Parts: sequence; structure tokens; C-alpha cells
Amino acid sequence: MSLTALILTLTFVGIAIILSLWQHLQLEKDLIIGTIRAAIQLTAVGYILQIVFDLNEWPYLLLIILIMLLVAAQNAARRGKGINNIFIKILISIAAAEIIAMAILLGFHIVDSTPRFIIPLSGMVIGNAMISCGLFLNRLFQEIRSKKDVINVALSLGATSKQAINSALRNSVRASTIPVIDGLKTVGLVQLPGMMTGLIIGGTSPIEAVRYQLLILFSLTAVTTISSMILAFLTYPSIFTEAHQLKQIIK
Amino acid sequence: MAQQENNLPVFQFKNVIKHQPLTPGNNIAILENINIEITRGNIITITGPSGAGKSTLLFLLNRLIDTDQGEIFYQGKKLVDWDVTELRRQVGLVFQHPTMLAGSVKDNLLYGPLLHNEYPVESPAQLIEQVELPSYLLERDARDLSGGQQQRVTLARTLANSPRVLLLDEITSSLDPKTSSSIEKLVISLNNEQGYTCLWVTHNNDQSRRVGNTTWYLNNGKIEVI
Ligand SMILES: Nc1ncnc2c1ncn2[C@@H]1O[C@H](COP(=O)(O)OP(=O)(O)OP(=O)(O)O)[C@@H](O)[C@H]1O
Ligand SMILES: [Mg+2]
Repeated sequence: MSLTALILTLTFVGIAIILSLWQHLQLEKDLIIGTIRAAIQLTAVGYILQIVFDLNEWPYLLLIILIMLLVAAQNAARRGKGINNIFIKILISIAAAEIIAMAILLGFHIVDSTPRFIIPLSGMVIGNAMISCGLFLNRLFQEIRSKKDVINVALSLGATSKQAINSALRNSVRASTIPVIDGLKTVGLVQLPGMMTGLIIGGTSPIEAVRYQLLILFSLTAVTTISSMILAFLTYPSIFTEAHQLKQIIK
Repeated sequence: MAQQENNLPVFQFKNVIKHQPLTPGNNIAILENINIEITRGNIITITGPSGAGKSTLLFLLNRLIDTDQGEIFYQGKKLVDWDVTELRRQVGLVFQHPTMLAGSVKDNLLYGPLLHNEYPVESPAQLIEQVELPSYLLERDARDLSGGQQQRVTLARTLANSPRVLLLDEITSSLDPKTSSSIEKLVISLNNEQGYTCLWVTHNNDQSRRVGNTTWYLNNGKIEVI
């Protein structure tokens, strides 16, 4: 795509700004800042990826994945305020999902072990694990808030922390995987996924594009479940004291 | 050993201090340096104004919360030295506001014993009839029961664990006088025949006189024995 063509796509942003001014939506500022940020961030990423692809060396690749992991964990950690060491716990959960996904994809030679495959796939794995961890924490806090009495009753009857929180954890893991699993059922019928769209526009045959998309979808079901289950395992103990008492982490 | 156990007070408070947050940075004294004993086989009724800390006191004994300072002993051993799940089974708590666990009434009754892969000494039907409820309710979803029915299920659920001590928090507040009186008789018979020690929070002075050997009036962090 030529640079002129790219610049012409700013027309879309222009339309949004005009609509915003007309209807007093007061979105102009956010639209302009958002557009500039997206352009700078993605252009920078494009150049960095180009360099890493050309170098094709493991240390650079690992560095990029590490940065992705840190940013993702930092982002999801905001949803877990009140749980100690939540950043580390999320980092471990997402990293585990990434390691397992890459071990399968590369170990079985499903994709080539080159940055060209590893980086975009890792991006999707890490991004989805991040969303899954965020959804898990959201739901977990909601469960604790609404089921505080039920948890206390279970404890009072002699349940351990694990027994008392079990159903809340299970609901939260389930909630964190719903978007991906629902996506499995309607994919292609409602919208073509971004990656497949990109491949098709880039000239890949739709059949080939579909194969990659399926690979992504299938691996993401595992990734979301793995990351939120590990997170569940790591977080529940810090909701309780050692004497199996519910802490007041949430007001 | 059994003899020695019988001579020990069931509970012993030594310089117990407990505060609860009232507003941020502002605490209310629930227990202010309390030294008191509870002897075996007693029914102690606890009264006091709303917010005085009666429920908090029961939570301390079931160890859902801890004291700020001082120690509480159960059978001569510090609460904190007990295996907490075992302590909670022996010192059964019936909450002020009935809360049903997920599932049927039967699931609720079996919850405590099944945690230890045990079955209650009394059958679910016996347990529920004890609290004046018909056994056909066993299969009903517990959350569909009325408030008064739930209140009685919570009592039966605690009894299913065969506790030695019963902590009862206004357990007849949603019951009609007749059912209320049956529950009183049940607790008195458990106390007479099986030696249960009870702490019973009640706002009803008549009830307090009917069931209690001793009454505690809790207010401003002090306990007054009446
Ligand atoms: N989990 C909690 N967190 C903070 N404060 C609490 C908590 N539970 C109770 N309190 C406070 O402790 C004080 C005592 O409450 P508690 O429920 O023990 O009173 P009570 O004597 O049982 O009252 P009532 O007769 O209304 O049931 C109140 O000021 C209450 O706001
Ligand atoms: Mg109370």
C-alpha cells in the first residue's frame, strides 16, 4: 500500500471528528491523540519487527517477547488491586500459557521457528492470556463481593479456604474463557477474524488463511484456560489468612 | 483425661481486646480488656444494643476473625493453636442472617460432614424434623425456602457437624412464637441430654430468661454478667 493511500485513510478519522463536532460528542481530542499514538506506535513496531526479522537472532526475539509479557502483565495487574504480588502472579500465568503454546506450535513443527511466525503468534497468545487474566480477576472480585456470606458459612462449617472458594474460582475461570469459546462458535459467520482478513488482503489464499486462523483459535482456547487456571491457583491463597479467614481485600 | 477436660472452662478470655472500624481512622471498642470464663454445659444468653458487637464476639469464638490483643482459650488450649477446621466443627456457629449454600436443603445439611468424608450421625430427615421442618423439603433448592425455614435449616446444618458448643445469633428472629418455642426446647434438650454449651444472642428478654442460665449484657466494650 502506498503512503499516499495510507494518508488518504485519515479521511475516516476526519469523518469521525466532523460527526463529533456536529453532535457535540467531545471526542475530537481523544480521536486526534488516539490517531497520532496509533500511527507512531505501530510504525515503530513495524520498523522494530523488520529489524528483528532481518537479524533472525534469538536474543532479540526473546527480548521482544519479554517486553510483551511485561506490558501485558502490567496491564492486567490493574484489575487485581488488593491481591499481593499480583503482577508477578499474572506474569507467571501469561508466561506459562506462552511457553506451552510455543512448545506445541514449534515442537510439533506446526509453524516455522522464525521470528516471522513466533512474534505475531506470541502477540496473540499473550494478548489473549492478558484479557483472560483480566476477566478472571474481574469476575473473582465480583464473586467474593456477592458471595462473602456463603464463603464465611462454608468456612464456619469447617471448610478450608480452597473448599470455600472453589465454586467462585470455577465460575471465574469459566467467565474468563467465554469470549474465546463463543468466538469459536460464530467465527466466520459474524465477522472474519483480523488475522485472516490481513492474510487474505496480503494475498494469501482464503483456504491457507483459514488454516492459520484455526490454528490460532484452537491454541487460544488452551491459552485462555491455562492462564486463568494458573492465576486461580496462585491468587486464591492471598484472599485468605493462613487460618482460613476471608481477608477484607475488597470493600 | 476426660475428667480433666470436664473441669476446664470451655472458653476462657484473657485480656481480650477487639476493635472494629467504625469510620476510616475511627474504631469502636467491641471488647475492652475482657477476662471471663464459660463453664461446660451452660447456656449463656447475650444481649446488648445493636452494633455493640454480639455477632463479632461469636465470630471470634468460631475464629472467622481474630482478637487484636489477648488470648481466648478453648478447652485450655489457645484458639490459635487449634487446627482451625477442627475448632470450627466443634464450635458451631449459626449466623444472624441465614445464608444458604448452593444446592438442595439436603446438600446444605450434608455440607459440613462431607468435608471430612463423613455422614452425619443423624440422618438428614432426622436433622430437619428436629427443627420442625417436614422432610419433603430436603430435595428443594435451599434458596427457595422462606426466611424462617432457612433460619431453621442453618441451625440443622450446624447440628449436622455434631458440635460441642453452639453459637446462636438471633436464630428465632423470623419465627412465629410457636416455632420459636420449639426451637428453644430443642436447644434446651441438646443442652440437657448431650451437654452442649451454648452462647445465644437474643434481643428477646423473655427468651433470654426462659433459656439462659446466665445473661451477658455487652455494651461499650464491657460485659456485664446478669
Ligand atoms: N466485617 C466488618 N467490618 C467492619 N466493621 C464491622 C464488621 N462487622 C461488624 N462491624 C462493626 O462492628 C460493630 C459491631 O457489629 P456486630 O455485628 O458485631 O454488632 P451486633 O451487636 O451483632 O449488632 P446487631 O444487634 O445489630 O446484630 C458495628 O459497629 C459494625 O459496624
Ligand atoms: Mg449481630
